[in-house]
Amino acid sequence: MVLAIVETDGDAPTESSLEAVTLARDVADRTDEPLEAVVFDVAGPGEGAGAGGDAGGSIGDAIADDLGEYGVGDVHVVSHDRLDAYAPEAYAAGVEAVVADRDPDAVVAPGSDRGQEVLSRVAASRGQSMAANCLAVESVDADADVGGDTVELPDADGSYALTRQRWGGTLIEEALLGGDPKLLTAAEHEVGFEPAADPADPSVHAVTPDLADEHLRVQVDRYEESDEEGVPLGEARVVVSGGRGVGGPEGYDELEELADLLGGAVGASRAAVNEGWRPHDDQVGQTGAKISPTLYIACGISGAVQHMVGCKGADTILAINTDPEAAIIQKAEYAVIADLHEVVPALNEAIRDAQ
Amino acid sequence: MNTLACVKRVPDTGAKIVLTDDQRGIDTSTLGFTMSPHEECALEEAVRIAENRDGTATALTLGPEEADEQLRTALAMGADEATLLETGDGEWGPVDTATAIADYVAEAETDFDVLLVGNESADAANYQVGTHLASRLDRPFVAGIKSLDVEDGTAIAKREVAGGEEVYEVDLPAVIAVKEGLNEPRYPSMRSKMRARKQEVASATPEPAGADCLEMVRLESPDDDEGAAEILGESADAADDVLEVLRDDVEVL
Ligand SMILES: Cc1cc2nc3c(=O)[nH]c(=O)nc-3n(C[C@H](O)[C@H](O)[C@H](O)COP(=O)(O)OP(=O)(O)OC[C@H]3O[C@@H](n4cnc5c(N)ncnc54)[C@H](O)[C@@H]3O)c2cc1C
Ligand SMILES: Nc1ncnc2c1ncn2[C@@H]1O[C@H](COP(=O)(O)O)[C@@H](O)[C@H]1O
Repeated sequence: MVLAIVETDGDAPTESSLEAVTLARDVADRTDEPLEAVVFDVAGPGEGAGAGGDAGGSIGDAIADDLGEYGVGDVHVVSHDRLDAYAPEAYAAGVEAVVADRDPDAVVAPGSDRGQEVLSRVAASRGQSMAANCLAVESVDADADVGGDTVELPDADGSYALTRQRWGGTLIEEALLGGDPKLLTAAEHEVGFEPAADPADPSVHAVTPDLADEHLRVQVDRYEESDEEGVPLGEARVVVSGGRGVGGPEGYDELEELADLLGGAVGASRAAVNEGWRPHDDQVGQTGAKISPTLYIACGISGAVQHMVGCKGADTILAINTDPEAAIIQKAEYAVIADLHEVVPALNEAIRDAQ
Repeated sequence: MNTLACVKRVPDTGAKIVLTDDQRGIDTSTLGFTMSPHEECALEEAVRIAENRDGTATALTLGPEEADEQLRTALAMGADEATLLETGDGEWGPVDTATAIADYVAEAETDFDVLLVGNESADAANYQVGTHLASRLDRPFVAGIKSLDVEDGTAIAKREVAGGEEVYEVDLPAVIAVKEGLNEPRYPSMRSKMRARKQEVASATPEPAGADCLEMVRLESPDDDEGAAEILGESADAADDVLEVLRDDVEVL
């Protein structure tokens, strides 16, 4: 059996959870094993009003239909009287309870903050490594042709040969993963999700883990809404981003104007954030936001790999840069080789004239 | 209140990453080294907490002898002490790394109230050294933190989620994994760099526990559709052509 950890938003699975389910299904199909899922029936701060939580299992029925389409045959719904908000150790205890009962070959979690956190707790309590941000499981045999040297593992028997992201996705690693069960998370926005060729009609099982105080020592206490206005960076269809080439905080006025005209948001490189020109929330890249807008306009940004992993999901990149040799020119679809302080105002005017 | 920040030495890669011939590492012959932005913030926070709450900040790294360089940077940024857990050349897995750090913490003369790590390391990005460390020390752990407020015995830690933040209140001592944006790390002054050069760095040579079950086979660069961009112009006159592209090809107007 292969077990997927599923996070919910209201009573629907999150996108990154569907990616975990899709990766788990791939492993299950390869090994001819059934696919099961574990979900949490918890209504707490920040869980959204629709998250059920009164009668245990209420969320399970709603989500079972969704997961069935993805080929999940059994859904384990974890709930507990004391579990009224997200608590990583309690969630990990819920996963452990299913693992103890069902003995899966692998547990696959979403590559979200919570997914990494919960599965790493499972890994830690077992003293075992997890493989974070996996792209694909290539084979389930340690002797398989993975190239390079053969690596001895503690329990090479049945190890997975897999690919995972390193360096925030700027490099791909081929690795061997042992452990019983194997623990892996699915790289967000990379694995993709697809309903199963043959959907299932899952049975729903209630799971009540044994929880002690220590499982609840870390728990969401409350949720604070942000008072940010405008289009959030992650949801913007167009992002106009400025780097060191913008030259100072005032220079962003032109970029703001362009973003407004296009109904988008403003982003920044780490160099610009470090200069104090923009808040870190605007940063795009390995240690900032990873975004996939329809259009990304990179103004005065050189195109370092750590920046590009944040915007490579964009459908189209337009670069405005004085340097024809800048790396960004190789990575963009369109470029203007000129001073952004001349191009951006001219473009703003052209757009206004056209409207 | 005493703090510990765990930082890792990693190559400072530029526009393109070049791999070694055996594809098991990055060709660093032309590169400098740095620490991850997340860890710079962990260190800055460790220093601030120690400054404001009357304690010491210790920087720790597990890595090759050369990682002394990152510890000197940490000292220049205000850490009071620095410890190198020397490993030789090979890369250690997350369980072995966390085990060695946990052993150090358990035996250290200083009792650390706040142990800070980055959310993920820049290179391996295993997302778990902090969790293993917390688990071995039996301390609470919370990850993804972009706002931290330490009071006596408690840390108020916030994590960004869609539309806002979720707030955790965690008893100390605890292990906290932070993200860039938590604070603005200071640039060390020339004077503090000079001073850091003379400060003492403690070191130890732990043995790897050999407990990891994840092994790198080789690295690859992802296929990227490199190819030169279509140049729309070389002056502000390009604005009309850009407008056309935005309207007709990208269809955002
Ligand atoms: C572990 C790690 C994580 C990192 N994470 C991130 C991250 O999340 N996001 C990120 O952005 N970076 C990140 N970085 C930093 C990254 O390596 C680069 O240093 C950074 O992206 C450079 O920013 P930049 O392109 O704005 O500046 P530069 O590289 O200095 O480029 C400035 C560009 O502006 C152009 N220019 C100058 N003047 C003008 C003008 N008037 N008009 C038009 N063009 C002009 C120049 O030709 C140049 O190409 C990370 C680094 C490390 C080591
Ligand atoms: N070799 C190391 N030395 C010191 N700290 C480390 C080391 N490896 C990982 N860490 C810490 O653990 C965090 C998470 O690492 P990882 O699990 O590799 O993503 C990093 O951001 C560091 O703070």
